[in-house]
Amino acid sequence: METAIEAQRLVKSYPKGVKALDVLSFGVGQGTVFALLGPNGAGKSTAVKILTTLARPDRGRASVAGIDVVRRPDAVRRAAGVVAQGSGVDVRATGRENLRLQGQLYGMRGRGLEQRVDQLLTRFGLGDAADRVARGYSGGMQRRLDIAMALVHDPMVLFLDEPTTGLDPEVRADMWREISGLAGEQGKTVLLTTHYLEEADQLAARLAIVDRGKVVAEGTPDQLKHELRGDSIHVELAGELNGPVHGVLEGLAGVRDVAVDGRSLRARADDGGRSIPAVLQALDAHHVAVASVQVARPSLDDVYLRYAGRTFDAAEAEAAEVQR
Amino acid sequence: MTVVRQTLYMTVRHLRELWRQPWFVGVTLVQPVIWLLLFGALFKRIVEIPGFHGHSYITFLAPGVVVMTAMFNSAWSGMALIDDLNRGVTARFLVSPVRREALVAGRLVKEAVVVVIQSLIIVALALVAGASFPGGPGGVAVLFAVSALLGATFGALSNGFALIMRQEEALIGAVQFIVLPLTFLSSTFLETNLMPRWIRHVSDVNPVNWAVLAGRGATSNNPDWGVVASRCGFLAALLVVCLAFATRAFQSYQRSV
Repeated sequence: METAIEAQRLVKSYPKGVKALDVLSFGVGQGTVFALLGPNGAGKSTAVKILTTLARPDRGRASVAGIDVVRRPDAVRRAAGVVAQGSGVDVRATGRENLRLQGQLYGMRGRGLEQRVDQLLTRFGLGDAADRVARGYSGGMQRRLDIAMALVHDPMVLFLDEPTTGLDPEVRADMWREISGLAGEQGKTVLLTTHYLEEADQLAARLAIVDRGKVVAEGTPDQLKHELRGDSIHVELAGELNGPVHGVLEGLAGVRDVAVDGRSLRARADDGGRSIPAVLQALDAHHVAVASVQVARPSLDDVYLRYAGRTFDAAEAEAAEVQR
Repeated sequence: MTVVRQTLYMTVRHLRELWRQPWFVGVTLVQPVIWLLLFGALFKRIVEIPGFHGHSYITFLAPGVVVMTAMFNSAWSGMALIDDLNRGVTARFLVSPVRREALVAGRLVKEAVVVVIQSLIIVALALVAGASFPGGPGGVAVLFAVSALLGATFGALSNGFALIMRQEEALIGAVQFIVLPLTFLSSTFLETNLMPRWIRHVSDVNPVNWAVLAGRGATSNNPDWGVVASRCGFLAALLVVCLAFATRAFQSYQRSV
């Protein structure tokens, strides 16, 4: 399989000394959907900015459609379509005007452009709103317009940076359908970044988990989940833990990878259902009150915990802390 | 050719915004009208000072106010760019094959169009208020051209600052710091030979004064075309420098994203 996107040992720091990318590498096969999954501040957006020629890496190499992003940025720009985080819609212009200008920037003109604009407006359900100023669009409509704009020049490679962040759950489901449709279309390669585990699971054929500017795990969602043997056990505690409960649970047969985060206790077990009584007994013996217990097949959340060494929520909270 | 076409596309975008809120031109005219009518009336008798050439202060003042308005208006050009930066519009343009020059030039052409519209209104008002333009329509046309040139220059400067500062508050500070002093260090309100010597020296290198001298000269009854041409030349050269600055300032922005 041809490689459509390649990032090789990318390093990027920002002026205030924040290291956004710390030797980040991954490759995306042509015609596939690939997700960069990680909490806010993990470096996903920085990677997209470098791949789409907005930012330059301090070190490392990257190519899109086989074209070096630093040496031939203009050729990369023609090959790629970009939906940035947030939005790039000009809210003072109508949907049609936004699309038309976008096409013009890629050298499109005349009837061909007008037809393409009409086609995209219809396809993304913006036909009725086409001649209204985009300021009045809903969040979902603006996002659809963003994607339509990224597609106007029919790019080979599409970058979607957090395409569903900030959207209502129903709108998000619509967007997922739209994105899956894109992948099927004429072998387009899609790179999407997300901090929604279920989004990566739903959409991506392969994904890389990014944490602190590095890829910590890569593979298909199923591969990553299979690497975690057995089930995950999630116990919600009624009170804070005190004492070495860790050791107590680790000692139980078939239970491992015990992690405690506040009142939340996670562990892995070969057979969750069978281990639960033993776990509860052990906790009871140590006078730890339990609020609820769950057993589940491995999720990407568990994958994240395994590779990044902390839960996804904890990583998000830490990122928010840094930003503040 | 591509860059010209792209500039046109960008100009259309900005003029369309203006078309959708034409009252904005009116708002930006409030200040110059006050200068022209109130300041003009207040200092009406200034022409009696020995050494002041001419008989009508409003005739003297009108070309200055046209130039001043061109600068005041265009110096805020960067505010709209900061809005585009915040909304992700500029980033979208920068990952498309559009040339940076076109992104700047599109705004400057729009500023020039606004300057000409404003200048027409100010000249009409000045005529009503009793000013005269002995140089005739040709002279007034030169005044408009000079004002558009100055407007484009300050527009480019403002866009460059906007890309480097990226904050409305900082840009507002910079603009305030620059425009009023440059106005008072020029012959907008007072003839050069009545200025203190140091202000006269400063005004020699003040682009606002270049525009005032060229514009007022062209509208007078006996233009010194040498002065008009040389000041236009200075302004054109400065515009090229400011354009290069604004275009390069995109790199500063891109380093920050």
